[in-house]
Amino acid sequence: MPKILIQLFHPFLEKSKANQMLLDSIPISDHITLRDLYEIYPNFTIDVKLEQKILLEHDVILFQHPFYWYSCPPLMKQWFDFVLEDGWAYGKNGNSLNGKKWIQTITTGGSEMAYKEDGFHKHRIEDFLLPFRRTAELCKMDYQPPFLVQGTFQLKEGDFQKESLRYRNFILSFLEAKHG
Amino acid sequence: MGEVNFFIQAIIYLTSAIIMVPIANRLGLGSVLGYLVAGIVIGPFVFGFVGTEGKDLLHFAEFGVVMMLFAIGLELELNLLWRLKFWLLGLGGLQLVLTTVFVFLFSIGFQFSWKSSIALGFILSLSSTAIVLQTLKEKGLMKSISGQASFSILLFQDMAVIPILAIFPMLSEGDVITNDHGHSLVDHLPGYQKTLVVLFVVIGIILIGRYILSPIFRLIAKSGSREIFTGASLLLVIAISVLMTSVGVSAALGTFLAGVVLASSEFRHELESNIEPFKGLLLGLFFLSVGASMELPVVFQHPMKIVGIVVGIIFLKALVLLLLGFLFKLPLDQNLYMALALSQVGEFSFVLFGYSEGLGIFDKDTIVILVACVALSMAFTPILLLLYEKTIFEALQSKAPKKQTNQTLEKEENPVIICGFGRFGNMVGRFLRSNGIGITILDYDADRVEMLGRFGFKVFFGDATRIELLESAGLEHAKVLIAALDHPEKQHELIRNVKHHYPNLQIVARAGDREEAYDLKEMGLSFIYRETRETAVKLGGDVLKLLGTRSYAAERAKNLFLAHDDETFHELFDLRKDRVQYISLAKQRNSELERLMFVDLGKEDELDLDSWSEMERM
Repeated sequence: MPKILIQLFHPFLEKSKANQMLLDSIPISDHITLRDLYEIYPNFTIDVKLEQKILLEHDVILFQHPFYWYSCPPLMKQWFDFVLEDGWAYGKNGNSLNGKKWIQTITTGGSEMAYKEDGFHKHRIEDFLLPFRRTAELCKMDYQPPFLVQGTFQLKEGDFQKESLRYRNFILSFLEAKHG
Repeated sequence: MGEVNFFIQAIIYLTSAIIMVPIANRLGLGSVLGYLVAGIVIGPFVFGFVGTEGKDLLHFAEFGVVMMLFAIGLELELNLLWRLKFWLLGLGGLQLVLTTVFVFLFSIGFQFSWKSSIALGFILSLSSTAIVLQTLKEKGLMKSISGQASFSILLFQDMAVIPILAIFPMLSEGDVITNDHGHSLVDHLPGYQKTLVVLFVVIGIILIGRYILSPIFRLIAKSGSREIFTGASLLLVIAISVLMTSVGVSAALGTFLAGVVLASSEFRHELESNIEPFKGLLLGLFFLSVGASMELPVVFQHPMKIVGIVVGIIFLKALVLLLLGFLFKLPLDQNLYMALALSQVGEFSFVLFGYSEGLGIFDKDTIVILVACVALSMAFTPILLLLYEKTIFEALQSKAPKKQTNQTLEKEENPVIICGFGRFGNMVGRFLRSNGIGITILDYDADRVEMLGRFGFKVFFGDATRIELLESAGLEHAKVLIAALDHPEKQHELIRNVKHHYPNLQIVARAGDREEAYDLKEMGLSFIYRETRETAVKLGGDVLKLLGTRSYAAERAKNLFLAHDDETFHELFDLRKDRVQYISLAKQRNSELERLMFVDLGKEDELDLDSWSEMERM
């Protein structure tokens, strides 16, 4: 059974109903580790050795974060810059993350309609995510399409329940998947 | 004496003390003199508020002296005595013996009988613990060489009081006028049995103190009510005094013994702090009644005589001390300071004069004159020290490089100099050292210097306010000077000196509180650090977390608060002289901060996200 690591990056979790809902729907299991990085590193001093050790212990790495300015919150970027070291994650002898799955769970304020070539943002989410995709590829990881929760400002109670169930099943599907 | 009358007396005494003592302190004369003057003012010769009952009061107030000895006993920790043994016995012992001998010779010359001459010698050889220790503490000299030497001498004198009290009865001339201390239980016994009883009682006190008192106090402490512990402390002192007087020994001796026995118990500090206010007030009352019972007319009849005696005493005492200082190789400046500091006669002499009057050692008029002399000698001390500091001390300081265990400061060339290596400087130093920065450390606490040396820190002993010491510590090569002296006065002096001689050197300074920080800013510093600020805010942030705030939000709240506090500090600085404006601005800034915090920790609505979704829906 593969082990899933959920890395949550949210500077204002206390204000995000959508993300709280998603967190609540994560199944409880010995095979799922949930880590709240803004809670662990409020002053941005990341314990690189610890992060790398935890990465090694898991097969599926899932980043859950809001979509800020077409990208991730700053601590997540900081985390990439420090943890994914040359010679460890990529480059010569950098094979630590080979074959692990890379997934992003992203909440966006804008609706699905806004993220289209002819929509408000003029590009698809996938296009904005190119830097992440390249990062995963460079680390020889297995990049998966993201799990999106969109239009969070307009979600009603019923929608929350639906999305919540969808996320739960999404995660479970990785638990059941064959590792490798 | 009716109850009302008693209260009126209390009002008079307390009022006079409350008025005079702060004045005396402000003038730098010390509280002992304040009490004395207050006593004179209310006494029968000035305002006459209190009459002859000053005498009865004296007996009651002598209990303050008993308590003082108990407190001294408590102070006598064996390892402290051991550490100071050389100075204690050498300096202290010789000072007492030599001064006594000289005074004895003089007073024989002035037609005193040999017995009263010896008594006078003992009395005048004592110095004032209260005045000297207070002065040393105020000037921050406790840890200096002169401070340690003075402390040793005073400690020896305090201990010597006990045998002196025991010797005095043998010095009485002819008939003893017994103070009606009640009859002692052992009066009818023959001499050797008396001695046996006394020995028995003393041994009893030692055994009880060692094996029974501690468990009892532990029980009381467990019961958790403070006032009962205070009551027990008082009971202990009173019971011992009564016990001792009943077998014909001085109460002071008994309580002193009890104090020594309890000095090694875990309740030492607790006992001390419980007795402290009683001791202080009763001693105050004692000095008050000495003042009140002073026969002023006698004093005014012999002004020249008194002035002569005072000058003589001070000169003689200082000379003896100076001589001993040379003998014990004290540096000249420190030696002179010690000699002047200890040149007055101590407050305990009042006790001994009262005691000797009862024993008939001196006649009444002599005592009045001598008490006046003692009081005057006390009044001169602060004045002398002030003069000395302003003139000779400065000159000597710059000439004589201070030697301490003949350590010479070799030229250092570190980029950072830390002055003061206490709690604060120590943290800074460890941090810099762990980041590979070379630091030169100066500290004025000899014990600390030695201890840090054992831990491999290179620490130099010396007074950082002296520019030449700083220069030999490599001030001209340094880029940053960290001023972390505990003493605001010293800190200011250090900064003034360095700014004057090396205006381009960066100074970063520690401040105790906001007021101190303002003072430093006034001196033109821009790097000022209030000692407890960050720690307190860090604690506050953790409390926020314990109450459920998320780490990152707490982190932001802390930073926001600190930034705001900085701004406020600079804004209020300009207004700090104008109290009204200051307070109103401070209030305004506080409410501003509150608003900021709410916004930061508040609801989503301040993030104008709705406008996004509006735009996205277009």
